[in-house]
Amino acid sequence: MIKKILIAATAVAAITTTTTLVQAGSGSYVLDRIQERGVVNMGHRESSVPFSYIGDDGKPQGYSIDLCNQFVDEIRKTLKMPNIKVKHVPVTSQTRIALMANGTIDVECGSTTNNLTRQKQVDYLPVTFITGTKLASKKGSGITEIEDLDGKAIALSLGTTNEKAVKRHIKAKGLNVKIISVKDHPQGWLALDTGRVDAYASDHVLLYGLISKSKDPSAYQVTGRFLSYDPYGIMVPRNDSTYRRLGTVMMADMMRSGDMMKTYNKWFSPGPTKINMPASSTLKTAFEIQALPH
Amino acid sequence: MNYNWDWGVLFCTVEDAAAGCSQPFFQWIVSGFGWTIAVAAAAWVIAFSLGSLIGVMRTLENPILRGIGTGYVTIFRNIPLLVQMFLWYFVMPELLPKEAGMWVKRGMPMPEYWTAVFCLGTYTASRVGEQVRAGIQSITQGQRYAAMAIGLRPTQVYRYILLPVGYRIIIPPLTSDFLGIFKNSSLALTIGVLELTAQTRQIEEYTFQGFEAFTAATLLYILVTAIVMAVMRVVESRVAIPGMISLGAK
Repeated sequence: MIKKILIAATAVAAITTTTTLVQAGSGSYVLDRIQERGVVNMGHRESSVPFSYIGDDGKPQGYSIDLCNQFVDEIRKTLKMPNIKVKHVPVTSQTRIALMANGTIDVECGSTTNNLTRQKQVDYLPVTFITGTKLASKKGSGITEIEDLDGKAIALSLGTTNEKAVKRHIKAKGLNVKIISVKDHPQGWLALDTGRVDAYASDHVLLYGLISKSKDPSAYQVTGRFLSYDPYGIMVPRNDSTYRRLGTVMMADMMRSGDMMKTYNKWFSPGPTKINMPASSTLKTAFEIQALPH
Repeated sequence: MNYNWDWGVLFCTVEDAAAGCSQPFFQWIVSGFGWTIAVAAAAWVIAFSLGSLIGVMRTLENPILRGIGTGYVTIFRNIPLLVQMFLWYFVMPELLPKEAGMWVKRGMPMPEYWTAVFCLGTYTASRVGEQVRAGIQSITQGQRYAAMAIGLRPTQVYRYILLPVGYRIIIPPLTSDFLGIFKNSSLALTIGVLELTAQTRQIEEYTFQGFEAFTAATLLYILVTAIVMAVMRVVESRVAIPGMISLGAK
């Protein structure tokens, strides 16, 4: 028995020492892992248009994917391994954290809001997009602001930052709004389309995306003031500042040189999905502020 | 595993918001657990009563009633529960006349809850129906003939002879279906019932501490199913009639 424990202890010690030695190489456990595998596992979403979605060719594409490809190039240069491959791993809002925590993905390229609570679990690269909660409704419904929903019904996607924001406003204003929880965007849209609710709240960029894909885009409107502030960022594993800095440097360079704005315009103005959202002044300022000098 | 465990998130209160607690997550779990029980219990009432009816219908002489029973089981047992949830919630109101459809969508109190209960109940009824049919058919034909010979009407044959024995025989598989209804109730989240799994996912989205929330949910599911199993075992031994179970075999 004691012998077995001793063997186990030695094995554990050996593994620990090996890990430490490897880590001493670059000071980044994620880079070490990428070097060892020769592959970057890139998490992507399937329908976050136009950030990260499956294109007509069946491959992930979008604004976040383009930025992540730049990031992978940076990793290739840093590790001096030009042949590092990219493996695309589909993630959902339910799986992204677990897959990042257990090391399945090295970077998540989707439409994830960067907030302080979530930063206890993951790290983020600089803010690449700014959105917020707005309302989508049918034209002629007379709904412009959240106050107009008094006595009406709204659909909210389960667990989103939008849900949090709308509930807070409803409570603060003492409104009588019937809340229908839905699982995801398509179901929220279906609830609005079939008249089960009068409005659907989500990040305004996603609402424009949903409208552009609906049966009759001219029948819907996105209205109201921003009910929340949702900055998007690319998600990376926590406790690895070396790895994260790689992304921060790459993005600061892109923002300084104007490549960031070019990439943005490629996808948003008007973009392959005709979403037609020129960069807001807030986003332009964010790019300027985050373009840190060397 | 590069995961930052923080069990405190489950028990934090909104007052200590600095600790990263934006919502009363423990209350969410309690409320979710309550909805899980409420959905499962109400659905079981439908499943057991409707299922018994379907099961009896499938053992009758009348070919029309038997056909209805068989048709019901074929349809409800062969369509995935997830799809059924979706059909009842999103498609059915569109098929009704406009006014009635609007009532289902807007006027009815708690539409998502009642839709979930109805859907889960009718689905499980098809399974219960099959158990009841198997229970009745496992009783030797002699029992039925003997009952008719002493002058009982068909309803009395079922009421006093076939069903009391049949139910006793199928207690173990019925227990499985009863457990199943608690677990299947998690699919109610797809139409917006904030039951245990839905609340768990919501906590995950808010805090990114999904493992803690799912662990709590797992323990609660195990707790409730363990209680059900214990209760059913007691029921089984209480109602057992010595020698009865072997009737079918003779």
